[in-house]
Amino acid sequence: MSPLAKLFEAALFAASRPLLLEELATLEPDAGADAARAALDELRAAWASDDHGVELVAIAGGWQFLTRREYAEPIERAQFALRPRRLSPAALETLAIIAYRQPVGRLEVDEIRGVDSGAVIDKLIERGLIEIVSRGEGLGRPLLYGSTPQFLEILGLTGLEDLPRLDELSVALRPPAPAEPE
Amino acid sequence: MTAPSPINPVLPDQGGFVVELEQFSGPLDLLLHLIREDEVDITDLPIAKIADQFLAAINELGLNQAADYLEMAARLLRIKAQLLLPRRLGEDEWEDPRSELVRRLLEYQQIRELVGWLHQAATRRAEQFGRAYAPPAPELPPAPLEIELNDLLAAAERVIALIPEPMLHRVVPRPLDVEGATARIHALLADRAEFGWSDVVGAKPTVVEVLSAFISLLELAKRGTLRLEQPEPFSPMVIQREPPREAV
Repeated sequence: MSPLAKLFEAALFAASRPLLLEELATLEPDAGADAARAALDELRAAWASDDHGVELVAIAGGWQFLTRREYAEPIERAQFALRPRRLSPAALETLAIIAYRQPVGRLEVDEIRGVDSGAVIDKLIERGLIEIVSRGEGLGRPLLYGSTPQFLEILGLTGLEDLPRLDELSVALRPPAPAEPE
Repeated sequence: MTAPSPINPVLPDQGGFVVELEQFSGPLDLLLHLIREDEVDITDLPIAKIADQFLAAINELGLNQAADYLEMAARLLRIKAQLLLPRRLGEDEWEDPRSELVRRLLEYQQIRELVGWLHQAATRRAEQFGRAYAPPAPELPPAPLEIELNDLLAAAERVIALIPEPMLHRVVPRPLDVEGATARIHALLADRAEFGWSDVVGAKPTVVEVLSAFISLLELAKRGTLRLEQPEPFSPMVIQREPPREAV
């Protein structure tokens, strides 16, 4: 491997979060964007085989070394690492609405869920899964929320485009056909 | 079918399914649950039946205090009432009072499907561990203070100006001269058998002189050297020499 690829490998090994290509490129600013891309490709090729217990995964727009799925069980049993805490249905509902409707205010989330979502939103902000992205135009200029890279990370998504498209869902949301008077 | 119990409430008319409070994340969730149980078409809701079941359910679950559930119950009852209103045949303007609720239910159902998808994605992601090391947030030393002498002095003056003027009460020691008063009274007693208050303290006594003389008079009266009399309230005090007691 080239020295740059090895440097990237070391950085990805040391980092506890996915690193973007642009972030990796800052390690050696003189090399240039093309060289950085080439080094990353080289590194990916080197890790493409099944010969390792870890793999280089594309996630949240960047790259991260993760352990292979098949080793989750023994690692967790030995308590060398813990799975992140599960999100409650209420939290997932709120996340889904924010991910699809962003930027979206609390009122709209409340309206879709049919229940007050203030506490859930606060918790999601605390976990870094959503953030305030702007303010709305309406009365009181409400805070508008959007998803964070952390959201993509805990779901193992490369980007928001990995989310299912709404028309792929079995419940296609269309206004109900007007009822025929009897 | 098991009997209803407060821990695992069993809904009436529902074939005995057991529900837990945390199972529902809101009134729409509960409503969807009831609809699925009944296997009815969501776009052609049997609103009267669903409304009754919803009311029974929130009663059983103790949710009849929760505003969100109560609001939904009220909404269902209003739709039920609207459906009962007579309408003219062939009326084009008629809008199904259920349509708004149906739209929300479908929307919510879509969200629930996404929740399932997100849950699966998160579970799958959790099977892979990343490096756990998180570098501690760097504790930056405070930036070096850069300030002009004049600014510093001006700031100091502002701070000093804010200090309130201290409220000091000066205590002046003015010891009572009880001994002096006693000596004066003894001299008067030796001279006269009866005299007045003004003879003791003079015409313009100070507070200290009044107090000293008064304490001295009380002390001497207690010892039986003299007798204090006041002919009537607020009149000048009369001091008389006490005849020596025979008993003592």
